[in-house]
Amino acid sequence: MSQSVTRTGSLRARSFDPLILLWIALALILIFLVVNPLFRLVQSSLEEVDTGAFTLMNYVTAFSRPRYLTAMWNSIRLGAMVTVLCLIFAVPMAWAISRTDMPGKGLIRVLVLGAFITPPYLGAIGWILLAGPNSGWLNRVFISLTGASEGIFDIYTFNGLAFVIAIYSFPFIFIFTAAALDVVSSEMEDAANVLGAGTLRTTWLITLPMVLPAIMAGAIVTFLEAIALFGTPALIAIPARFNVVTTQLLQFFSTPIRSEVAAAYAVPLLLITVVLFGLQRWMVRRRGFVALTGKGGERRITELGPWRWAMFGYSLFVMSLAVILPYIVLAQAALSKAWGRGFTWANITLKNFEYILFEHETAAQSVVNSFTYAAAAAMIAIVLGLAIAYIVSRKLLPYAGVLSFLAMAPFVIPGIVLAIAFYSAYAPPPFALYGTATILILAFATRFLPIGFANADAAIRSINPEMEEAVRILGGGRLLAIRKVMAPLMKRSLIGAWLLIFIPATRELSSAMFLYGPNTRTMSVMLMDMSEEGNFEHLAALGFLLLAATLVIVGLATALLGRDFMLRRERQ
Amino acid sequence: MSKLSLIGLGKSFGKTPAVVDVDLTLQEGEFVSLLGPSGCGKTTTLRMIAGFIKPTAGTIEMSGQVMSSPSLVVAPEKRGMSMIFQSYAIWPNMTVGQNVAFGLKLRKLPTTEINKRVDKILDTVQMLHLKERYPAELSGGQQQRVALARAIVIEPAVLLLDEPLSNLDANLREEMRTEIRRLHDEFKITTVYVTHDQAEAMVTSDRIVVMNHGRIEQVDDPVTLYTVPKTRFVAGFIGRTNFLDGRVEGNQIVFPGFTVPADLAPDAKSLPRDASFSVRPQTIAIQRTAPTSTDRIWWVQGKVTERAYLGEYWEYGVRPADSDIRMRVSTPPTDMYQIDESVWLGIDPARSARVPAPGKTV
Repeated sequence: MSQSVTRTGSLRARSFDPLILLWIALALILIFLVVNPLFRLVQSSLEEVDTGAFTLMNYVTAFSRPRYLTAMWNSIRLGAMVTVLCLIFAVPMAWAISRTDMPGKGLIRVLVLGAFITPPYLGAIGWILLAGPNSGWLNRVFISLTGASEGIFDIYTFNGLAFVIAIYSFPFIFIFTAAALDVVSSEMEDAANVLGAGTLRTTWLITLPMVLPAIMAGAIVTFLEAIALFGTPALIAIPARFNVVTTQLLQFFSTPIRSEVAAAYAVPLLLITVVLFGLQRWMVRRRGFVALTGKGGERRITELGPWRWAMFGYSLFVMSLAVILPYIVLAQAALSKAWGRGFTWANITLKNFEYILFEHETAAQSVVNSFTYAAAAAMIAIVLGLAIAYIVSRKLLPYAGVLSFLAMAPFVIPGIVLAIAFYSAYAPPPFALYGTATILILAFATRFLPIGFANADAAIRSINPEMEEAVRILGGGRLLAIRKVMAPLMKRSLIGAWLLIFIPATRELSSAMFLYGPNTRTMSVMLMDMSEEGNFEHLAALGFLLLAATLVIVGLATALLGRDFMLRRERQ
Repeated sequence: MSKLSLIGLGKSFGKTPAVVDVDLTLQEGEFVSLLGPSGCGKTTTLRMIAGFIKPTAGTIEMSGQVMSSPSLVVAPEKRGMSMIFQSYAIWPNMTVGQNVAFGLKLRKLPTTEINKRVDKILDTVQMLHLKERYPAELSGGQQQRVALARAIVIEPAVLLLDEPLSNLDANLREEMRTEIRRLHDEFKITTVYVTHDQAEAMVTSDRIVVMNHGRIEQVDDPVTLYTVPKTRFVAGFIGRTNFLDGRVEGNQIVFPGFTVPADLAPDAKSLPRDASFSVRPQTIAIQRTAPTSTDRIWWVQGKVTERAYLGEYWEYGVRPADSDIRMRVSTPPTDMYQIDESVWLGIDPARSARVPAPGKTV
């Protein structure tokens, strides 16, 4: 597309556009953040450690020991089981909220958001308190009700792990399904009604098939989340004496560090993710998914009659497993001298918070670290994303598409793989960044760059280029147009995008776990460290600080950006 | 035999009345349009007929059986009707053939019979060659044809159409409204058609129901509706018109700026004191010379104040002498008059309709 650049002073056609410099700078940054780490990951998996000679031995080591293969198999089983559980949790709720007259929709929505923003490892700690063998609250209630000699719940099992992961992953399927249901016009259902199909048959033959691709897409995301998750397996699988891919990867990093084997072991995880995300995109875009609605895409709710209370009961039950019960026991532990002594006045204390904030050597520092790193990473991701999106959407330069591809690439890199890739690329000299704040911030920024890019891209595309052209025809330059017109118009969505990065970045664990140093612990790392000490009161107190901060930020964002800003589906 | 009857039908949403006291009877095989501006209650009425909305007053009967009343609603799927929606509502996850076969499958017809009927109806709407396509690959007009086929193939007791052409562009709209009438002539299905487009209603319908503010203004065949509108709303909504509001004084009618003999007026014997008439622009004669004969025409002298050429006709604005009203007059494209030219207007009382005076209902 040709744009004639005519400015006063130089009336020549464009010979050199300063934007080319920006393009080059962005390309270099993306090479540093995305290309080089991945390249180094693959390279180091193919090298002998000492000589640097080409070898396949790392792969042989990674895939010959039965225990390593068992860990892989466990991850796949885990992903499948989590996905099935999430479908059971999420699909009925999404349908009830999107299409029926179920009461308490607002409450359930808030609770789903609660589950979504709860760091999974924090939920896992809550569930250890709830369903730890014998001492867990659910077991104690069971024992006191039945007089049995021991409890029936044991979170330290494979099923327990799958359950705890599922209860915090189902919002993915919920969001996808609800979004798809929201665009199915009621007329589609009316059309079946009028031809003689009742409510049940219509739901089964018309509504569900139309949202099936979205449900499948959500299921794939859930599966990938489950196999890439590090915190929850570390808290539950390790004490239960089995490994999944992510915990096995951590063990390659305990002395003697064998990062080259870890790299080889991580490559399949990367490939699975890339393939499944490709499949997911294909499904969402597949012919026939886009609901054809012209005018009159009105949506009405299905009246459930008395069943609406049953549906509400089910939703509340799921949400109490995800949010209500774990939050209660975490709050109790955080405010207790000893959590096992139960809910009594004598047991209440603020000592745990005092200890975390003022007495513990590094805990207070970790709180500061988490928030500064997250803020810096969010800022970098947004600025980068915005610059790339601008060049891409205005098609200012050839090959701009390459930039957008690279900016979206981290989306398909599991956090733990990204961390190992950063480790391979920047831990050794000449960079020697291992353990520094810089490497953590850069890793976070890279991990969340796709969110920054996708949001900035959407924001820019929503603004008609004529807005900008109107400035330029009146004699304003491109920068003036950006400053005076584009930036003010995009302010709201960019703040929203910043928060969408900041919130998950404050709780990011899997990439921090492999890159932190003694002074650069984040809260998430701190929580994992403390869980090894087994002091749940302190752990809960720190977790509560994280949650409270998150809630305040989400509350502010909700006030600023509207209720659904996080549960909206951002990408196709 | 009456197929479908609406008796005192009404619907309020909360305190807002959407449909008020609608009485309407359709004969077997009749095509009736509900015509009116947006918000007049026509779609609500249609959705009540379909069974999606429960009335708050009155009943709907089909072949003598009560289908809807404030206490009872037969579910849409039990009515044996079919409907065409504004958005077409073609299911995107099924092919054209599957969409059309859906209703037949629900009726548990043998597969061979289903195939036969699907092919026949697709052939009728000229879509047979696209049977295996998915809706996303079809144009708007093609989707419209699929919607028609899907609705007609089950041979419904009543066919309902909810502004089916409003998403099409102008040319296609003209083509499809003729197509809808053609299909009706072929299958003779009792049909209720909702539209805000008077041309659509006039092309397709046996009778037109004009609705406004939730009430029926008039029910008549297109010709009667146009030539003898009963209310000012109908006169103004169907086609263009001039309203002449006068007072009867003795045997004369006094309009602003001119006076005419009352005995020529329609309903001359029962004229109220305030008498209003609707006069269509193309029924008014226009000429330069003074009228010679005392024919049965109201002659008024005036001046051309504005004009517009619309290709198929000229439209003039003429202000009668000593008057502040403006009459719209249309003439064949060859009749040219200049602005400020003095002309005579001839109003034919026999071709005008008496309508209620402003603010009155009779």
